[in-house]
Amino acid sequence: MNRMFYALLLLLPLAASAADFSKVQADKSSVTFVSKQMSVPVEGAFKKFSADVHINPAKPEKGSAKVEIDLAGIDAGGEEANDEVKGKAWFDVAAYPKASFVLTSIKAQGGGKYEAAGKLSLKGKTADIHVPCTMKEEKGVLGIDGGFVLKRLDYGIGSGSWGDTSVVADEVQVKFHLVVK
Amino acid sequence: MKQVLAYTKTAIVLHWGIALLIIVAFPLGVVMHEMAFSPDKLRMMSYHKWIGVTVFLLVLVRIIWRWLHKPAPMTATMPAWQQKAAAATHILMYVLMVAIPLSGWLMSSAKGFQTVYLGVLPLPDLLGKDKALGGQLAELHEALNFTLLALFVLHVAAALKHHLIDRDDTLTRMLPLLNRRKK
Repeated sequence: MNRMFYALLLLLPLAASAADFSKVQADKSSVTFVSKQMSVPVEGAFKKFSADVHINPAKPEKGSAKVEIDLAGIDAGGEEANDEVKGKAWFDVAAYPKASFVLTSIKAQGGGKYEAAGKLSLKGKTADIHVPCTMKEEKGVLGIDGGFVLKRLDYGIGSGSWGDTSVVADEVQVKFHLVVK
Repeated sequence: MKQVLAYTKTAIVLHWGIALLIIVAFPLGVVMHEMAFSPDKLRMMSYHKWIGVTVFLLVLVRIIWRWLHKPAPMTATMPAWQQKAAAATHILMYVLMVAIPLSGWLMSSAKGFQTVYLGVLPLPDLLGKDKALGGQLAELHEALNFTLLALFVLHVAAALKHHLIDRDDTLTRMLPLLNRRKK
């Protein structure tokens, strides 16, 4: 009886470390996006962000996640674009320096796939979004990959003459890759 | 009487078609380069690239066509040095008409913008995104263009000189309409 108790005690931290992931490896994680300009896919990235994640892939519904993006760190694909998108017609970084995503629910769908939902706050507007994602555990590190289509005009991103979606498409594909220990 | 053409009709149509496209693309390139970042600038950049790709394709057709259909020799009254200078100018213009769109395409790739022909057909990126290389290719693209502009001025001036001063058939070889009207 005693021996079994100690054996279980030894296994406990092991089980815990394999289940809960909460240390986001910022240098290995990324939030990127692809916009379409005149039908040309242009890659961009949000280079400054912080992510607070507590997740157990086996019991995801108990997890929590919050990603906060510092919009001044945007790379829209070129210097001219970077200056432009920080302005009022786009992100208006001076008035709305941050965007955030807060997880509200996540359900396992089997095969490493998950359906997450949460609130996206951007340029003073908050909306519910669905984010399909995958989680893969390897050598004690959890890789979370997901993405969603952001309709920029719903948030007033790129207004005025930039509202012409034949030049810059409304749909922006946002992708993230989080590495969590 | 049916005219005997120095150049085939196909060669003539290609010459003037390509000339027209270049005459549109060149100022478009200069203007869009100076413009502030805007939807119009993005539009113009795409149009400029589409025209450039079209010129590139037509020039290839034209070179193959010329190789298969040799034009008649230049006007016999032209001194040998002028004939050599004209031939050299023509060869250099062909080289530039191929090299300029190529440099633009490579520049676009290096700057991280793929070329999507007519907004439909994506051309492969032969180069990855490289800011420094993009800047160098932009300078090359500009230098090649201004070299072509200089040759274009020389080409037009020579054609006019032959037509108005020498009064030979140099211009009408490529512009038979002018000949017919005169007769």
